[in-house]
Amino acid sequence: MSARIGASPVRVGGQARVTGAQQYVADIHLPDELHAKLITLDCARARIVAIDTSAAEQVPGVHLVMTAADLPQPVPRFGPQFEDRPVLAVGETKYHGEPVAAVAADTKDAAEEAARLVRVEYEELQGVFTIAAALDPAAPLVQDPALRPGDPLAGTNVLREHHFGWGDVDAVTASADLVVEGTYAFPMVTHFAIEPHAFIAAPDGDGIAVWSTIQHPNWLQRILAKVLDLPLARVRVFAPDPGGGFGGKQHPKLEPLVAFMALRAGRPVRLVLTLEETFQAVRRNSTEIRVRSGFRADGTLVFRDIESNYLLGAYADIADRTVTKGSYAACGPYRVPAARVVARSILSHTTPSTAFRGFGNPQPIWAVESNMDEAARALGIDPLELRLRNLARRGETIIPGDTPADGEWEQTARKAAELIGWGTPPAPGRGRGIAFGIKSGPTTGLSYSTVRLLADGSVLVYAGTSDMGQGARTVFAQIAAEELGAPLEWISVVMGDTSVVPYDQQTSASRSTVLMGNAVLAACHDIQAKLRAMAARLHGVAEAEIVVEHGVVRLPDRELPILDVLGPGLGRLGGELIGNGEMRKEAEAGHPLGGSAAFYEFNCTAVEAEVDEETGDITLVRHVSVSDVGKALNPTQVRSQDEGAAIQALGHTLMEHYIYDERGRIRNLGAIDYRIPTSMDLPLELISATVENEDGPGPYGSKGMSEGALLCVAPAVAAAVRDATGVVIRDLPLTPERVWRALQERPTR
Amino acid sequence: MTQLIRIEVTVNGRRRALDVAAHHTLLDVLRDDLDLTGTKECCLVGECGACTVSLDGRIVDSCLVLAVEADGGVVTTVEGLASIGRLSPLQQAFLDTGAAQCGFCIPGQLMAANDLLGRNPHPTVAEVQEGLAGNLCRCAGYQQITEAVLTVAEEADR
Repeated sequence: MSARIGASPVRVGGQARVTGAQQYVADIHLPDELHAKLITLDCARARIVAIDTSAAEQVPGVHLVMTAADLPQPVPRFGPQFEDRPVLAVGETKYHGEPVAAVAADTKDAAEEAARLVRVEYEELQGVFTIAAALDPAAPLVQDPALRPGDPLAGTNVLREHHFGWGDVDAVTASADLVVEGTYAFPMVTHFAIEPHAFIAAPDGDGIAVWSTIQHPNWLQRILAKVLDLPLARVRVFAPDPGGGFGGKQHPKLEPLVAFMALRAGRPVRLVLTLEETFQAVRRNSTEIRVRSGFRADGTLVFRDIESNYLLGAYADIADRTVTKGSYAACGPYRVPAARVVARSILSHTTPSTAFRGFGNPQPIWAVESNMDEAARALGIDPLELRLRNLARRGETIIPGDTPADGEWEQTARKAAELIGWGTPPAPGRGRGIAFGIKSGPTTGLSYSTVRLLADGSVLVYAGTSDMGQGARTVFAQIAAEELGAPLEWISVVMGDTSVVPYDQQTSASRSTVLMGNAVLAACHDIQAKLRAMAARLHGVAEAEIVVEHGVVRLPDRELPILDVLGPGLGRLGGELIGNGEMRKEAEAGHPLGGSAAFYEFNCTAVEAEVDEETGDITLVRHVSVSDVGKALNPTQVRSQDEGAAIQALGHTLMEHYIYDERGRIRNLGAIDYRIPTSMDLPLELISATVENEDGPGPYGSKGMSEGALLCVAPAVAAAVRDATGVVIRDLPLTPERVWRALQERPTR
Repeated sequence: MTQLIRIEVTVNGRRRALDVAAHHTLLDVLRDDLDLTGTKECCLVGECGACTVSLDGRIVDSCLVLAVEADGGVVTTVEGLASIGRLSPLQQAFLDTGAAQCGFCIPGQLMAANDLLGRNPHPTVAEVQEGLAGNLCRCAGYQQITEAVLTVAEEADR
């Protein structure tokens, strides 16, 4: 099959994935390695009184029992946004599962036995596990106030309070004919990548080498260099393709600990988390969001007033950034004359929350789009029509001072409406719902790529993106194939080694096709320029008269395959052409997020649902997801991302949520009690489609697109349930029990 | 010292004699002793299907089978599906439909699908979905995986 842009060649790396040859971190073994095991407590918050390691140290094969006392003092703290997370718990545990010590032994069995023999004397303390408990003025503080000196909020559990908005909400409130208000809850959910997190660290000359399931190898390198006090060039991070990331693997968790253990033991140390430990390492922020929206009788939006409380865990990780990005864009893709948004990042004694596909946006979208559905009913206006009346058209402002609407979003909405049969009556007992989702793309970015055209015409592409299933390798290879004419089998994409691959800021925010893709494209253009110079020299033609495209060098009088220029041009010594590309999106001073959106992901989801009134069980008869992707560089991968995101969203919509007990322990820890969508939970019909106007900032007009189809699934499903049954549910997930209870409380019609 | 027990198993056509700990699972032995890391470790409670292998003609969650229980048995793992560098039709179909995304669940999906087609060469969509219900995919490539299985079933007709 063609490798060109717009085709769907077989995934680069696909062969290894279907034969079992793909090497994930846990599949890698180093000579002389030690196996690590964490020691944790059976409660959330506790004062550590004493740790007795003597029995553990007697276990044959044990080489190291590490506690905070064995680390540099004060114990180093790290984090992507706030340096608040200690390498091991210092004095007090802050959440269920926080490691207080770790052992390393010759075998897994010895490590597990030794871990059981580490005796921790501790005093359990009252923790805060809910928004209400954390905000209680008498609540214990999660974070030591000394960690944020001078911060007036340091004496509270509010890490940050953010204010966004424009216009004067209070002044325009009176001009609204209708005000619709509600509070909407979004549950704590976890990423549940099928690959649990895994880490290996090994002394490497004067430095260290670390293998991790990390999404951002360069960011990990920076953090390790700082906590270990090593130059960047002595910290080598290997990041094999993760077995699913979804944001949970963006930032360092246990890498610093494993690195300190390896340096102390003088041997490689590996730590492969169990799924239960992974549950205790990452989750999405839960939220309670109050929305007040004002409308004129004709449906025109007058204002939005949004107050969001996001429940973070014990350490900030990147969660506060998800709060700002989500709440900043909370008003949606609409023309909103006046807006007031308050968002709080609230610390609690729970699993540290972090990035998760959608990055803080699915929560306000759940709230605001549900509110929109309620408004439509109250106004007597069709829910799609109400949205279209307020939807920003291309070039119109959605957030003053930020990137204006950058797509034909109405086209996307109308396509979804058509595919669901909007406007035609659903079968008896069924209902339909529709919702819009928007997410701003990266606000800053920096990606470098190097492309090497080798003497035989084969190509090496270096890109620091992590291919965690989205298919970045394939897309970058397609760009090189398009520009340099090599077949896919002649292109290798090199990733995941900070000593070899140039810097990339991160793999997140659906950025890689746009930002790294542009860097790869620029590197290919650099090679094309060198080929033009070569051809000019060889053929005595002005460079300006030469065009290089699709593997062909066009001279004024003839066309030559690239190889016919490359061979003679390189000459007897051979060699290669090296192209470098750089893509920057600079920070903007004074911008509330540090930079405007590189692009928007816009999606419209429409569903038709049937509700079993006896059990509360929801059947999705049809689920339509339409995304504005600019240009699908690889339609199969675009479809996989959209459908995967849509199904993943059915998790937080219908079934997923952590259940905490009164001691802050997750009661549904692991795959038996925490259910994610299986092949039996799919909509009876799932249709994904795209709008492609080639109007994005990425290569060939592409936009980022990996999160869009997840954003507004929940409000679309809830609206369909309301349409079918008349009940309005404002809390997720829509479990059969919750739906059944709502049906019981429904006033008789 | 852990007591070791001698077992003999045929893995992907090759007879192996191994000394295993009584508490080690078939998954442990495949991954750690035989370096067959294609079989994946995730939930360890038989719920995710990532460690699915074939044992004596039926699929099992290898995390729930003690290695000693496999003594005398015949085991096929994902590494045993291709023959001499040639992908099985199912593997090829997974590639062609784009069913393999991050790929971590794919070995288990392939083993379960292989077993399903062995028992039921012409499954319906519902039968494929039910047959693979024990194999979680968080990339949620369920539609592409189902398409791949149905493609192979159709080709078998020709």
